[in-house]
Amino acid sequence: MTQPNRLAGGQINRDAPLNFHFDGKAYQGYQGDTLASALLANNVRLMGRSFKYHRPRGPLTAGSEEPNAMVELRGGARQEPSTRATTAELYHGLMAKSQNRWPSLAFDAMAINDRFSTFLTAGFYYKTFMWPAAFWEKIYEPIIRKAAGLGSLSMKADPDVYDKGFRHCDLLVIGAGPAGLSAALTAGRSGAQVILADEDFAMGGRLNSETLSINDAHADAWVAHSIAELFAMNNVRLMPRTTVIGAFDHGIYGAVERVSDHVHIPDEGKPRQILWRIYAPKTLLCAGATERPIAFDNNDRPGIMLASALRSYANRWAATPAHRIAVFTNNDDGHRTAIDLHAKGVKIAAVVDTRLDAPFSDQYEVLKGAQVIDSKGRLGLTFAELRLADGSERTLECGALGVSGGWNPNVHLTCHQRGRPTWNDDLAAFVPGGTLPPGMSVAGAAVGLFSTHDALQSGAAEAKKALGIKGRAAPVPKAEDAPVTQTPFWYVEGCSRAWLDQQNDVTVKDVKLSHQEGFRSVEHLKRYTTLGMATDQGKTSNMGGLAIMAELAGKAIPEVGTTIFRPPYTPTAIGAFGGRMRGMEFHPTRLTPSHFWAKERGAVFVEVGNWLRAQWFPIAGETHWRESVDREVKATRASVGVCDCTTLGKIDVQGTDAAAFLNKVYCNGFAKLAVGKTRYGLMLREDGIAMDDGTAARLEEDHFVVTTTTANAAKVYQHMEFVRQCLFPDMDVQLISTTEGWAQYAVAGPNSRKLLQKIVDADHDISNEAFPFMACANITVCGGLRARLFRISFSGELAFEIAVPSRYGDALMRKLMSEGEEFDVTPYGTEALGVMRIEKGHAAGNELNGTTTALNLGMGRMVSKAKDSIGSKLSERPGLNEEDALMQVGIKPLDASQKVTAGGHLMKATGPVDAAHDQGYVTSAAFSPELDSMIGLGFLKDGGNRKGERMRLVSPVTNLTVEVEIVSAHFVDPEGERVRA
Amino acid sequence: MIINHPILGPRDSAEFTYLGDAAMIDRPDPDTASPQDWHDYAYLRDNPAGTHRELWWHEGGDRSWLVITRNTLTHEISKVEIARDVARKMGRSK
Amino acid sequence: MHSLTPITALGGTAPRVDQVAGVTCTEITDLALASVAARLGKEKACAKALKAVLKAAPPDAGKALLAQPFSAVWMGPDQWMIGADFATHEDLAEQVKATLKDAASVTEQTDAWCGFDLAGDDVRPVMELLCNVNIRAMTGGDATRTSIHHLGCFVICGDPQSFIRILGPRASAGSLHHAITTAMASAL
Repeated sequence: MTQPNRLAGGQINRDAPLNFHFDGKAYQGYQGDTLASALLANNVRLMGRSFKYHRPRGPLTAGSEEPNAMVELRGGARQEPSTRATTAELYHGLMAKSQNRWPSLAFDAMAINDRFSTFLTAGFYYKTFMWPAAFWEKIYEPIIRKAAGLGSLSMKADPDVYDKGFRHCDLLVIGAGPAGLSAALTAGRSGAQVILADEDFAMGGRLNSETLSINDAHADAWVAHSIAELFAMNNVRLMPRTTVIGAFDHGIYGAVERVSDHVHIPDEGKPRQILWRIYAPKTLLCAGATERPIAFDNNDRPGIMLASALRSYANRWAATPAHRIAVFTNNDDGHRTAIDLHAKGVKIAAVVDTRLDAPFSDQYEVLKGAQVIDSKGRLGLTFAELRLADGSERTLECGALGVSGGWNPNVHLTCHQRGRPTWNDDLAAFVPGGTLPPGMSVAGAAVGLFSTHDALQSGAAEAKKALGIKGRAAPVPKAEDAPVTQTPFWYVEGCSRAWLDQQNDVTVKDVKLSHQEGFRSVEHLKRYTTLGMATDQGKTSNMGGLAIMAELAGKAIPEVGTTIFRPPYTPTAIGAFGGRMRGMEFHPTRLTPSHFWAKERGAVFVEVGNWLRAQWFPIAGETHWRESVDREVKATRASVGVCDCTTLGKIDVQGTDAAAFLNKVYCNGFAKLAVGKTRYGLMLREDGIAMDDGTAARLEEDHFVVTTTTANAAKVYQHMEFVRQCLFPDMDVQLISTTEGWAQYAVAGPNSRKLLQKIVDADHDISNEAFPFMACANITVCGGLRARLFRISFSGELAFEIAVPSRYGDALMRKLMSEGEEFDVTPYGTEALGVMRIEKGHAAGNELNGTTTALNLGMGRMVSKAKDSIGSKLSERPGLNEEDALMQVGIKPLDASQKVTAGGHLMKATGPVDAAHDQGYVTSAAFSPELDSMIGLGFLKDGGNRKGERMRLVSPVTNLTVEVEIVSAHFVDPEGERVRA
Repeated sequence: MIINHPILGPRDSAEFTYLGDAAMIDRPDPDTASPQDWHDYAYLRDNPAGTHRELWWHEGGDRSWLVITRNTLTHEISKVEIARDVARKMGRSK
Repeated sequence: MHSLTPITALGGTAPRVDQVAGVTCTEITDLALASVAARLGKEKACAKALKAVLKAAPPDAGKALLAQPFSAVWMGPDQWMIGADFATHEDLAEQVKATLKDAASVTEQTDAWCGFDLAGDDVRPVMELLCNVNIRAMTGGDATRTSIHHLGCFVICGDPQSFIRILGPRASAGSLHHAITTAMASAL
């Protein structure tokens, strides 16, 4: 295949041709190409359509600042919209599509927008789609979204994985151009830990794109030699393809490494990208500079690009957009483009220099004091219209035009902690300001030192300074040291449809309109015109917009200021932020010790916090979850059931002040709890609201085991540590979580003792007399395994909780099942557990909902007045103790076939149904097999005195009204005879 | 952010849990405090734009509660203390 | 001898071993653990008694004592995790408590944790994908508690290049194992 615009030389590997497709057409490029360079080599200048007017566009730049040449890369689930062709590394089999065009790139029906551009100026949306308001969401927005937009998403899950990682260094060098390489060499030779990161796949920065000399040889040689030296140092990490996207607090940097973007499909197990968190006490920003364009009418045609980009394509990639080019410049740097391309055999139509004192060339024509005022060419540049110094006009034939308005230092990262850049008059550009992120310094073009010598020198000097390296500096390699001055020249007088922001289709005229309509601050200008928004964040456009606004406002540019630069520096895939935390790996999963057994039994699992708990255990023939749950409840109440309750938080509380400590964290008393006994405990927040509940078992005088609810385990532990360390620092008490150390099973039902007697070793008497309700003990089971036994009940039945070290939990569950066969032992899940605790009237998370007090929960008298405890004082305040305070009640429908729903509100039997007449609400509801009816728990004003009252349970959201009766919350065994049996 | 733990040295703030105003250490004396004192303790928190003393818990580390003096505008951390020591200095005991 | 057969944290009957390139990840199943926290005012007595058990001073902050028959990791101020061979020290907490008596609170921690040993040519790139410890600055005997994929873990350094022990919460052994093995596949 021929590549008509391929030149000689360049950093491409002609021995490694790569086939690729763009818009379905096959092309060939070389290893080392970007998609943009390969397309240009194939004489493709048109790569996309603009956002609003659908104007034909080609690349403006050769790097990450690119506003125009954005494509949909790859395809299928890997389709990636709005990928910059200028940074997409070419690989064999690459597929890309242009975007924002229909039906094709060359003929785009939406280009009609361009004809109506008069109406589509800045603020068009705000002005046009204002009325009627109802039209916005349903009509205007969908139309606009369809018409505008850029690339499209695959709508499929990304099949690739992303990693996150952490690296540490003494010095992070951002950018591997002359300054960055020089800094890394200096730092590396000192023995410091250095990370050198560069967004490009080839380190070297501008040196790769120029024909400069270092030490009297081509700079390539110095770059290669430097990289080799750095690579050989164990203390230096080279991170190419890595964009530092943000400077965060205290020397933490975010960096995205594109590990597999340059291959067709990532290798097995390899991530597409890694988001690195780099810890760097010192950072040297060597991010270089971005060339700025000059605005003139129709300056957006494919073929018109930054002069430096033309040079990059020619020198680095041996590609040119055309064989006859021109340059439009206001500075000497633009002439380099003409010199370099001329040397490569490209015909230079002319160099149009705005300066009357422009340098002379004997190789090409220099038009001094001239300007480009317009361009022609339907899908790409064919002619440039010039106005010469004498005012006459001339048409110049050229297929590409390199534009240079000077350079802007890349100050972005210096501003990520709200620092503002300062204006440098000599450069007519913003340079890094006084307040940099702590630990950061800047070298090279990023600080406005544009010559190669200055870059090399400042990189080395700043690295020395940052690391405090003593001793004489190594000599700076010999390099060009031309003084650089830049005079501002932002746009051509009289231009109107001259594009400042090509990505957002913002013209000089739009900025004028913004000013005219009063949107004059830079932040307003940005929002009103969209200047500087979207993927390129105005890297090539902001300065032009600011300059014009400053001129219109009669202010100096620094007075107008800049918008705030925020991370990320370049667009970053959401996948990189997600890392491995996707799907089931979104958060860690916690499995109970009986999990594998439960899975074998076909349990249905539910996520509770991070835990997976068995929700119910369906058996053959059961088609509805209720069948399983009802059976589990009935079987437990009839004989014996077993439930894994390992997930309850367990905290080991030891120390001579352990009881005193529990007296502080629980509102009820623990000091007098006897060894070998367990007590229910209610924990309040300091404001008197219930926080959590559980049990505390006193195993020794100075040793308690406390349980928390599953959901609050971590929070309660944190709270207890706070109380211990911050409130009562001299209490002798030590805490540690043992939640996962013990497999704990509730064995509940009238036959639970009989079953456990087969498990518990004979020397431990667990009869009712020896081991009564609320007893606890260290025991042994199954012939000598240490275990803990608690006689506590959540279900309302005679029940025990038995704990063994987790590794034996699986075996113990299997043992309970086999030994329990004679009692038809039934495993039950969280649903049956919930049903039984509602039947028993035990409060759980639904009731401990962050608004309820001990009084509301019917435990007002539990709050000990004999001692101080967290929350005891504020629980006494009048507002929480009014006569008609909410009290926990039971709710039963009059018609047993009616539904009770949690969240429904209680209203009097007659009267209005509104918030003003609200009497309370339902917190938990379940079908009770015991009562053969749905039942509920809830809170009702003065609920303690309203048993027997008929009320309405309403849920306006679900359009439900049910007649209910208020009953005791203890539906089952209100006297507690079963638990004491 | 990096928190310079008094015992463990610089640690990533991701290892910590934030609670808020360190005034929470100053729990009123249950024997003498007025309802107003309790109200203020439970509900009133300073939220200055500037230097603030805050409680952080090293949940992902040694489980120490720390009192961190941090500028809420710049995130500059000027002091890190073990909360237990702070509490004792404030006269807290059992 | 009791009749219950243990399973490993990953649910197997034998330690799980995974290998990628030159690095192996081996599930730890033979480690007994007990936490020791000095009682208030008895910090010195606790350290002294612990020294008698460990035959060395208990490790300082950020350090571990890697020895036989007892190892130790600093957990917090005046608090350590003691380790020993499970086969001979299943009742480690009791043994330690018997020695330390009132000087410390001792809690069995054996089955609160799962563990993985990363060993091989170079485990550092794997560690860089797992947690924020500065693995390249670690030396043998360093130990730190940090987060691995939102799990609070101990990272104990035998040799920063070739041996790292990770202890994490047992119930999340599967998630931790997944994190480690995907990091191995990614980094190696």
